[in-house]
Amino acid sequence: MVTQAPERPVAAAAPPPPRRRRGLPALWPYLLVIPTVAGAGYLLFYPLIRSVIISFQHFRTGELIRGGAAFVGLENYHEALGSAEFWAVVRRTLVWTGVNTVLIMVISTLVALMVARLGKRLRLAVLAGLVLTWATPVLAATTIFQWLFQSKLGVVNWLLTSIGLTRFDGYTWFANGTATFAIMVLLVVWQSVPFAALTLYAGLTTIPQELFEAARIDGATAWQVFRDVTFPMLRPLFGLITSLEIIWVFKCFAQIWAISQGGPDGATTTLPVYAYQVAQSLHKYDLGSAISTLTVLILLVVLVPHLRRMYKHEGADQ
Amino acid sequence: MIKRLPITLAALSVLAVSVFPVYWMVVTAFKPTRDIQADTPQFLPLHPTLEHFATAIDSEGFALFWRNSLLVSLGAVLLSLVVALLAAFAVARMRWRGRKAFILMVFIAQMAPWEALLIPMFIIARDTGMLDRLSMLTLIYFMSTLPFTIVTLRGFLAAIPEELEEAAQMDGASRAAAFRKVVLPLLAPGLMSTSLFGFITAWNEFAFANALIIKNQDDRTLPVWLSSFSNVFGTDWGATMAAATLFMLPVLLIFLILQRRVTSGIIAGAVKG
Repeated sequence: MVTQAPERPVAAAAPPPPRRRRGLPALWPYLLVIPTVAGAGYLLFYPLIRSVIISFQHFRTGELIRGGAAFVGLENYHEALGSAEFWAVVRRTLVWTGVNTVLIMVISTLVALMVARLGKRLRLAVLAGLVLTWATPVLAATTIFQWLFQSKLGVVNWLLTSIGLTRFDGYTWFANGTATFAIMVLLVVWQSVPFAALTLYAGLTTIPQELFEAARIDGATAWQVFRDVTFPMLRPLFGLITSLEIIWVFKCFAQIWAISQGGPDGATTTLPVYAYQVAQSLHKYDLGSAISTLTVLILLVVLVPHLRRMYKHEGADQ
Repeated sequence: MIKRLPITLAALSVLAVSVFPVYWMVVTAFKPTRDIQADTPQFLPLHPTLEHFATAIDSEGFALFWRNSLLVSLGAVLLSLVVALLAAFAVARMRWRGRKAFILMVFIAQMAPWEALLIPMFIIARDTGMLDRLSMLTLIYFMSTLPFTIVTLRGFLAAIPEELEEAAQMDGASRAAAFRKVVLPLLAPGLMSTSLFGFITAWNEFAFANALIIKNQDDRTLPVWLSSFSNVFGTDWGATMAAATLFMLPVLLIFLILQRRVTSGIIAGAVKG
């Protein structure tokens, strides 16, 4: 975790010295944070507010070029919430987030537990492998997966065909919605497991060995040890990683856009992809902004508790 | 020995699954086209060749896009380092009204849903004549790496005892001189790792580069160029994989440099697509 040393032991032992130093006007801290506040204001909060404003306007190609967009109240939200397509996308996004997060958490827990039991050499090899996967840039990974699943020369089709599944001979994965969705899940899980597994493994190594020994002497099975010792000890870490993964998977855009742009037939269109499609391909910037706003509102359900946890952990301790 | 067999097999399969895709990219890049198109895949590069790397490097615009990516990433990292250093100093070393609110703002910024800003950012860029400009991308990458940089630098700064600065000031140094001569050298590892993480984030970014560089194709960055590989290389998978390898190379080098720091730094969401 990032806690290089959030608390200074010196300050805890003695009463804090007077903070005001000679020649240090009280204005300094404000001058120092001005660039940050200005940057966040113009490049983050202004676009965010602008997006909300556009979602209440009629803003199409004409308004983009000429300006002078008129306010239309909740019309865009009515249009979004009233369309069956929107709800299909919401359902798909929830399925996408659920499937990916569950797979990521289960697999990385198993991998972390496994790594902890390995001998030194094999452990280092597996850790190095995980770091390699982690270091792979998103766009390199999407390109690699397109090559792995290529219909004629792809190594996956060759493998499936050679173990007897001959219907995969020349199978075009990216023409089928379910198959493309599955490949996306595979890609995102492959990319996300290293971070979660390495972090969980790092957490595992901090649990005192005596606890495991005591449990084993009491005759606990492997599952009981995990349920009664490992999991309770790592609960905060599990919480942190799970909410991070939910946020990342839910927001995931680059992988989907680079491989399928939401297709085929919308089978991989999740909310962020949908909002962008509506705005950029249909030039309905207003409707796209409304969908974006709704996306952020849904995301807040996970984001707010996560933010509170981070703030408690990092911010309020001094 | 027999008892260890299942876990050894599990470990080997995890290793295989995590390494194979990257291995396959590199091997494909080094194989002659005739071997790539063989009916039975060849898992070792028996006739290694550099022809695909030559194709990728000679392809139109490759040097330009490489330069663009480098400029944008370095610009964003330097800007964010300077701005974050100032803010981190104010947060870690000074007590002031509004400090907690500022920290909260940084955390909110860190978790900001950037993907939801594609549309307004496009419109703002268009209105201000910043569309198709690398400087717009630099600014966006600066802002997306800034919160993480502040949080991490604050942590590093808090770990450096304030007494060191005070001692230097008592010896007659100004506060700025004390900071430059005492704190900055101690902070160097922190500056190094945060800037490398920021560099990776900017280097890998795709969504904004794809949305904001539209007409002026010369201003594209490597990820966008790579995403349209079929326009560039057609079905030349050797050249495509060579290009992907070259794109990944700097990131891999940075990971090798950082090694141990990787795990601790990334939890804050520094590197993630």
